Amino acid sequence: MIVLAVVLPFVAAALAPLVHRLIGDFTGWVVALVPLSAFIALWPLLERTAAGEAIHVAWPWAPSWGLELSFLIDGLSLVFALTIAGVGAFVLLYSGAYLKGHRQGRFLGFLLAFMGAMQGLVLADNLVALYLFWELTSVASFLLIGFDHTRQAARRAAIQALVVTGLGGLALLAAGVAIYAIAGAWELSAAGDLKGNVAYPLLVGLVLLAAFTKSAQLPFHFWLPNAMEAPTPVSAYLHSATMVQGGVYLVARMTPHLGGEAIWNLTLMGFGGVTLLWGAIAALRQTDLKQMLAQTTLASLGLLMLLLGAGTEMAVTAAVLYFIAHALYKAGLFLVAGAIDHGTGTRDITMLGGLRDAMTVSFIGTIMASAAMFGLPPLIGFFAKEEMYAALALGQLESLLALAALVLGNGLLGAVALALLIKPFMGQVLPTPIEPHEAPVAMLAGPVVLGVLGIFLGFIPVLAGQLAVAPATSAILGVSVETHLKLGVDLLGPAFWLSVVTWALAIGLFLRLDLARSLLRRAATAIGWSFDIGFDWVYFGIVRFAGAVTRLLHHGRLELYLFLVFALLVVAAIGPLWVLDGLPRGPQVLDLRFYEWGLVALAVLGVATVVHARSRLFAILALGVQGLAVALLYLVFGAPDLSFTQFMVEILSVVILALVMTRLDLDSADPRPLEDWARDGGVALLGGVALTMLLWAVIEGPLDLRLSTFFNANSVPIAHGHNIVNVILVDFRGLDTLGEISVVMTAGIAILALIRSARRDKPIEPAPLVEPPAKRRAVRKAAP
Amino acid sequence: MNSLIFRTIAPLLVAVMLVFSVFVLLRGHNEPGGGFIGGLIAASALTIYGMAMGVAAARTALKAHPLAYAGFGVALAGLAGVLSILFDVPFLTGLWTSFTFDGAEVALSTPMVFDIGVYFVVFGTITAVALALEDSGGGV
Repeated sequence: MIVLAVVLPFVAAALAPLVHRLIGDFTGWVVALVPLSAFIALWPLLERTAAGEAIHVAWPWAPSWGLELSFLIDGLSLVFALTIAGVGAFVLLYSGAYLKGHRQGRFLGFLLAFMGAMQGLVLADNLVALYLFWELTSVASFLLIGFDHTRQAARRAAIQALVVTGLGGLALLAAGVAIYAIAGAWELSAAGDLKGNVAYPLLVGLVLLAAFTKSAQLPFHFWLPNAMEAPTPVSAYLHSATMVQGGVYLVARMTPHLGGEAIWNLTLMGFGGVTLLWGAIAALRQTDLKQMLAQTTLASLGLLMLLLGAGTEMAVTAAVLYFIAHALYKAGLFLVAGAIDHGTGTRDITMLGGLRDAMTVSFIGTIMASAAMFGLPPLIGFFAKEEMYAALALGQLESLLALAALVLGNGLLGAVALALLIKPFMGQVLPTPIEPHEAPVAMLAGPVVLGVLGIFLGFIPVLAGQLAVAPATSAILGVSVETHLKLGVDLLGPAFWLSVVTWALAIGLFLRLDLARSLLRRAATAIGWSFDIGFDWVYFGIVRFAGAVTRLLHHGRLELYLFLVFALLVVAAIGPLWVLDGLPRGPQVLDLRFYEWGLVALAVLGVATVVHARSRLFAILALGVQGLAVALLYLVFGAPDLSFTQFMVEILSVVILALVMTRLDLDSADPRPLEDWARDGGVALLGGVALTMLLWAVIEGPLDLRLSTFFNANSVPIAHGHNIVNVILVDFRGLDTLGEISVVMTAGIAILALIRSARRDKPIEPAPLVEPPAKRRAVRKAAP
Repeated sequence: MNSLIFRTIAPLLVAVMLVFSVFVLLRGHNEPGGGFIGGLIAASALTIYGMAMGVAAARTALKAHPLAYAGFGVALAGLAGVLSILFDVPFLTGLWTSFTFDGAEVALSTPMVFDIGVYFVVFGTITAVALALEDSGGGV
């Protein structure tokens, strides 16, 4: 089933464009079979996880690093995986119709890859695999949000989502490595309790940063509404079942390892509560159907975080219930929003009205979804709401604060639910850009089936509790939990009366919706700043900073680059010697023969000539003389191979240097001002001294002969060669040589490209970073 | 370099250098020499040819672009390593075989093939750079 759930979507993603080319508009129907088969394969496992079993599957991945591609199916991951597969099937079916004749193959491919990544994320047990799939969901959502990449807004939203969630991804990677360092295993199931560790606050910080960016908690919430630039099916999928729930999943998954401490609980409740109210209020302000839904998603994610933060058995049960309810109604509402857009040409609720006759099926779907969002009994949304109120009704101050946030937030969400149902469908018919018509079957299947499911689940709370909710709650809490859900309403309990308050609040707000909206709009204009603008500040600030750093360091002045390189070489050579007190004692008695003295003298003579040479060609030749003297030294001291090579290199470098120098348009005289001259001369002298000291220190130390002995003993028996240098190059270290010759060739290609670009008649505009030599010379001439 | 003596002697010199480079290449495993130095000698030969007869003539004599030689060299060296797959030993393990030809024993080995690859890379790259520089610089 892992293969079906995780691998098959990726394979199907690669094949989707081909399938689309073969069968055209039916692609949606075909690719929807992929999540459907995953759903069918995963479904029977419900009974096993309900019995408290955790199914562990692993394949060797990188055995030498102790990595296994391991997956864990327990109550929690199964609920998520089933939701992803179930909603995914309808979304794929829907996309086929929604994007008729519009690069559909590629779109469905991205969507399938997204699904595979998400399945991998919720099923992975290995921390590295978890991180990998986490980042894959970010990449896949980047492609999907920016799918309409000819529009600037879509590109910006895609980049924003990638940057924000990528930041969280890095935090997750760090958390994974830290957990490995503490627990000694890459498997999360083997990590155990991490609360007693000194690194606990750090782990909490990293995990929550990852979860908050992914699940769009304040202050990282701004990318999610912008992600509405994506085509509607993506929004439906992203918001109901997939990526934004990744953070919720992570928090739930980490609860047994990290949860229970005050820092964890209070952080989650605080950020969750604020996000809940923020999203719910922001939703009232919007008139665009998709924007309204996006803001309510923010609110719902905050609500889930709050419940997970509360961390009691009932609160977690409520979170699981709410997750299921939310996935069902949010997917349905998004799909209907797309159908309305498709059928009328607009998504603005102030321009819509009276669609109930023209779009009856969509209307029915919306009724079911809105009722769940509003929390009417006996829909599953109602039970989720009852459970969360009951969980927090008795408790400390922070519980009561959370309860107040929940009632207020749910009231606001209820008002939005009413607006979504009543504004477009009831009242008098308003003129729309397109004559309203019902969407095709493929687009209606999702809202209707998901809506019916929401009602159906509400009628079987006992069974749902046993099969899905209790196992998931047990997995989150790390202890076995029995379900206490039952069909029926406790009319005397505080939860029901809080529900009544919520409904009253919602209806009251809905009746004053226009007033509330105009007030909120005015407030937003008065503030004039948003987190979205803040993102731009940070983002472009970083770009400008990078530009400034680049201009400072990559100034394009070759002489300064070279000076820096050589100066650092001096420091690197002398510094450690100086600090570690390893300065050489200097020569004792130089016991050289007369011809050896002669060679040294020849080398010195060569260098002296280079310095004093009047013409460049002469200097190059003198440099060659010095090099040849060194080659002769090698020969005298018993390294014929080295000497041979040195001879050839010297000859060729003289030739090539001569070719280069004659090409350059240079003065015959050296026009450097005195300070340049002193600087270059100083660094040259220092470099020479530094390297001499280093070599001296090396020969003064004891010579380690292990390598020489090894190669002496083995070059003939193993490699059949008497020339040790060559044997090392082509046999013992053949892989190094292979790398080196590849580098040589690459460097050759680069040099050719450089020469060719310099040979072009006109320089590339705008002006290059480096001042053209002629211009600089002119300035120099003018200066003194 | 427009010197009659140079232009007369150059082809002879180049021929000798090329033969010598092959000699150096082949004896490398047991005596000073090898692919790197052999390639340098051959590149020098071509550079001299280019100076004497002109870059165009050198390019014609080469038949292919010098960098093609370098690419061939890398591929050859890589293939010498890949051959080890057939014998189920790690990549780049030296494989040896020998046969008798005209009374002398001739050894064939993958390190030698590898060294020939190195020869071509060095020869091709250096020649390419030198010829390109001569092209635009108009000779010394």
